[in-house]
Amino acid sequence: MKRGISFTQAFFTLLMRDLKIAVRHRGDIFNPLLFFIIVVTLFPLGIGSEAKILSRIAPGVIWVAALLASMLSLERLFKADYNDGSLEQMLLSPQPLQLLVLAKVLAHWLLTGLPLIIIAPLLAVLLHMEDNAYPALIATLLLGTPVLSLLGAIGVALTVGLRKGGVLLSLLILPLYIPVLIFATGAIEFAASNQPYDGQLAIIAALLVGSLVLAPFAIGASLRVSTN
Amino acid sequence: MTKPDSETLLSAKNLTCIREERILFDELSFDICSGDIVQIEGPNGAGKTSLLRILAGLSRPYAGDVCYLNDSISRNRDEFNEDLLYLGHLAGVKSELTAEENLYFNLRVSGYNEFDQRDILSKVNLTGFEDALAGHLSAGQHRRTALARLWHTNSRIWILDEPFTAIDKRGVAELEALFIQHADNGGCVIVTTHQDMGIISNERLRKIRLEYRFV
Repeated sequence: MKRGISFTQAFFTLLMRDLKIAVRHRGDIFNPLLFFIIVVTLFPLGIGSEAKILSRIAPGVIWVAALLASMLSLERLFKADYNDGSLEQMLLSPQPLQLLVLAKVLAHWLLTGLPLIIIAPLLAVLLHMEDNAYPALIATLLLGTPVLSLLGAIGVALTVGLRKGGVLLSLLILPLYIPVLIFATGAIEFAASNQPYDGQLAIIAALLVGSLVLAPFAIGASLRVSTN
Repeated sequence: MTKPDSETLLSAKNLTCIREERILFDELSFDICSGDIVQIEGPNGAGKTSLLRILAGLSRPYAGDVCYLNDSISRNRDEFNEDLLYLGHLAGVKSELTAEENLYFNLRVSGYNEFDQRDILSKVNLTGFEDALAGHLSAGQHRRTALARLWHTNSRIWILDEPFTAIDKRGVAELEALFIQHADNGGCVIVTTHQDMGIISNERLRKIRLEYRFV
């Protein structure tokens, strides 16, 4: 009965478990993605197909839809584990809680963030986005959606014990999402008008690094409070 | 019946717990040594689960402290977690995963890396159900999936909240035999249950009684 599991092994065990559960529960992957596609496709129908207006609003529409889709899927992050007691077991595991939490957030991002990034360029075509804005769109989504998952996880961890935490969750995390939204849409607009957008990208990257380092501690502490 | 060379594993020091403005227990102190089998008794709502959660370090007491090897569990949480096996009344079993995958995950997260899931599952009579989704198992089999961990652990402190729920008579007897074996090997078992234990004799079993209090 040897114990001696490395941090990497523990991390991947949890990551694989969450991915396996999601594959058997496919709705979890498709619901946020479907929401994202529906919201974006409704805009040309509602506003009209004038290319000038659509290309003007494209960055904002795509990013707002991505932000809402990511928020929609957040609640599931810890809820199921909380309801069946697996979360307690994770809290009592000899492995560092921050590591386990990071694995769960990564699994969540792979399932909800990554599909959005893959489908976003197609939707951008629908909104007549400027050709030179595509690299900026992908870059901001790649750097920005993990920030959304990490920050959102703090809010979910705080509200997981509440029966109707949905509204509270949005109030808690929307203010934290706003900087990402502003800099991401700013970067895409700059790119569309052929101006350098490295500054905005650097700020989103800084947000990503900052939340990657600090969020796991905040999430872990919030989970301990929530299960108290 | 504690052996002379037994060691104090867990001690509660002046624990007070308040839930919904009701004092569940106050100034509760006791020591749990290796070799002890402790049953927490009391009517529904007396605070048995709250006490177990406090002992496991999941909840914080209103006042008082829990010590593992004479040091507060908040200070040496890592060593304590390694020496603790807690099963709450929620089993911690994922209904989307098979019995085998559940056990594999639970043991891996507890830090074990070499084990034979099928062999362990056969000890809880789940042979033939290894590949069944836990959600399709009966309540008792679901519970057994969680309890299987007891057969592969070197943690000394077992804290079990209602482990016999939905378990048949033979299963209860097997669990009791396992408790005695574990206590004889220097471990301790803290358990809540409303069932009478058949095999563990009254001299062997220590009882801590919690009363329902109205203030």
